[in-house]
Amino acid sequence: MINLETPKKFEFLVGQAHQVASEIFRSNSRKYDGDEHSYPKELDMLAAVIDGMNEGGALSGAGAGGVGEGNGKKPDRDGNRNGSNIASLLGLIELSWGDVGLLLTMPRQGLGQAAIAAVANEQQLKRFGGKWAAMAITEPEAGSDSAAIRTTATLEGDEYVLNGEKIFVTAGDRAELIVVWATLDRKQGRAAIKSFVVERDNAGLILERLEHKLGIRASDTADFRLENCRIPKDNLLGSPEIEPKRGFAGVMQTFDNTRPLVAGMAIGVSRACLERTRELLTEAGVEIDYDLPPHAQVAAASEFIAMESDWEAARLLTMQAAWMADNKKPNSLQASMAKAKAGRTATDIALRCVALCGSIGYGERELLEKWARDVKILDLFEGTQQIQLLIVARQLLGKTSAELK
Amino acid sequence: MAEQNFTERGMAVGLRALNRLASNGLIDRFGLRDPAQRVLHGASKATVRTATRTGRTFAATQKLSKPARQPRAGRSDLFDLTPDDEQQLLRESVRDFALAKLRPAAQEADEACATPGELLGQANELGLTMVGVPEELGGAVAERSAVTTVLVAEALAQGDMGIAVACLAPGGVSTALSLWGDADQQATYLHEFVGANVPVAATAIVEPRALFNPFELQTRARRAGDGFVLDGVKSLVPRAADAELFIVAAELEGEGPALFILESGTAGPSIEPEPAMGIRAAATGRLILEDVKIPAGALLGDPGRDLVAECVQLGRLGWCALAVGTGQAVLDYVIPYVNERKAFGEPISSRQAVAFTVANIAIELDGMRLATYRAASRVDHGVPFAREVSLARRLCSERGMAIGSDGVQLLGGHGYTKEHPVERWYRDLRAAGVMEGALLL
Repeated sequence: MINLETPKKFEFLVGQAHQVASEIFRSNSRKYDGDEHSYPKELDMLAAVIDGMNEGGALSGAGAGGVGEGNGKKPDRDGNRNGSNIASLLGLIELSWGDVGLLLTMPRQGLGQAAIAAVANEQQLKRFGGKWAAMAITEPEAGSDSAAIRTTATLEGDEYVLNGEKIFVTAGDRAELIVVWATLDRKQGRAAIKSFVVERDNAGLILERLEHKLGIRASDTADFRLENCRIPKDNLLGSPEIEPKRGFAGVMQTFDNTRPLVAGMAIGVSRACLERTRELLTEAGVEIDYDLPPHAQVAAASEFIAMESDWEAARLLTMQAAWMADNKKPNSLQASMAKAKAGRTATDIALRCVALCGSIGYGERELLEKWARDVKILDLFEGTQQIQLLIVARQLLGKTSAELK
Repeated sequence: MAEQNFTERGMAVGLRALNRLASNGLIDRFGLRDPAQRVLHGASKATVRTATRTGRTFAATQKLSKPARQPRAGRSDLFDLTPDDEQQLLRESVRDFALAKLRPAAQEADEACATPGELLGQANELGLTMVGVPEELGGAVAERSAVTTVLVAEALAQGDMGIAVACLAPGGVSTALSLWGDADQQATYLHEFVGANVPVAATAIVEPRALFNPFELQTRARRAGDGFVLDGVKSLVPRAADAELFIVAAELEGEGPALFILESGTAGPSIEPEPAMGIRAAATGRLILEDVKIPAGALLGDPGRDLVAECVQLGRLGWCALAVGTGQAVLDYVIPYVNERKAFGEPISSRQAVAFTVANIAIELDGMRLATYRAASRVDHGVPFAREVSLARRLCSERGMAIGSDGVQLLGGHGYTKEHPVERWYRDLRAAGVMEGALLL
């Protein structure tokens, strides 16, 4: 039966996440935005609490816990499931409403776990599960084109030796593990690309620098050099065979799971913008009347409803993608649609809110300007807007990546 | 092919009412009626004012002690995008009907400013006017089901928006009478909407002026003696010339906005054809009210902003569903076109500028659809839906129009000609941001 309301059964968990977001994230937002690269120690205590809860992965960060599985949740009588994908999404929306930079640097969360969950075997899951894992894909010469990466992995005895350069590693400095994408044989193209787990304290993993960024400054973004970095050969995630048919598809699957979560972050940040803007507009005497035609109310009210309507579309597209994952329906198309709509909508909303609120919006006394800086990353990482449109277009038009570049 | 599916499935299965109707050979008759029977009520090109139709005499056939209302549907707590079996079957059947029957008739109906009587008859046999009527009064479904009607409207609009409006307008009136009618009003009118000869009817809210706001009506009603007197002009009323019954929104002196039941046989009202940019198959017209006297029993529901707001919201929901269906028609049309059309030695869809436009149509369309479904499901579950309808309306108005424009753009100059339906969809989609009432779900 068609129902697009947020299930009551998640209320408790959303409430918990909201508490964390408002009590811990919001009160430290400005501090770590100003103090880039200093470690938010307040999160250690929080991480311990979350390890304790961890029910259904509600408070888990992007990719942690049971992402991709509708684990353990009973279906209703129609066989419909609302499981950990929706739970994770709802939790993330709340936490991102608090502060998306802090969310991205939550200990033991992070995108690396999604990569591990997507391709690891059982033994690897046991060895690496629960650890703080970052993801190292991008290279100076290979961004969206992740098939073009140059970092190599060479088998020498019982070890792989990694060499290359990785940039834009979110939580790279603070994580315990870095999941590194490298090629076993550059001549064999994308099928030869595998992911490898590197311990952060490996001597061959050399931190080059931390980025200074537009936003999400609470979260460290690391650049690494891999120099004869030796790892046990069991740290190759999944199969070491080069299978031209499906090798790359495996690692790319990670993104089907994480894109709705990044979309959720965009929804959380932009909800914060809308809520605060609405308060400020109300103080300014603007009344928002949902029944009136756009031209029959003041421009600010009309603009607010327009922003809210796009926000609602983005939110529902994202819920759809998560719901499909919970019900084991292939959702690659919907995940990219959600990410595309949410990324651009959230950025648009945040910037318009700054403009609507004038100097209050632009000044540092409010968080609106910070959210407008933070939000832009969500239209970039985990696949830029343009990459999402390519994925959506290829699926709709029945085209391969060679036919639509 | 579509016809085959359509026949096999049987349109009737979705609604209980259809089962009854199907048994007397409904399906066999599709497409087989004598062409002579097709009556095209073409709108005359000149603006000629005529009296409203004489129409039937509406009279109660039973005595009701109290009005009947459809109960609200109970709801599962879980988020769910799967329509129930009945809804799925109905949606597929109606979509088949729309693609097999409405789409081929659309261009001619657009030019004629009228929907063929044959199609209207078939649509009536679908039971569209029965969905909103309580079961004890002969209605087709047990519970309030705006979601079902949204799915039906969306599916019909995939065939043609203008014809869909013509088909759905009477159902809006039966839904209004079911929701707000008192015992006498329900006894007088509703039996006609569940019978074999469904009256043409429409909800008249829009008035002809810039910046029209449905909560500041210039159509006036005043109490006079036992009844009311109506004065004003209503704009873009579907099938106005043929209608036998109207729901008219007017400002009731001293009491706020109100809804009135107006029978076409009443002395005084007249009709002017008012063809527009699009939805021309709906044969839109103006309803002119000059000193029109109606009885006390014509007042529908309790006057005040709440009533008119709900009526307006349910109307907007209908236009959203139509925009979603029309948007889907655009998407389904442009995909094969851009894949087949070659320029510079390759399909134009190999270019990002074209491919991304298609992707964005799909993204925005899905957002419109989900927002519309959410608003409809809130109607069914009896929780407030003003905000959700408003958000869906804004999306369907603005994003929907952009889809219409992109549809033409993707076909280039060809899209501008009547060789392709995208120019019609472009014209039709503008209605979703302009119209109020006319139909309501």
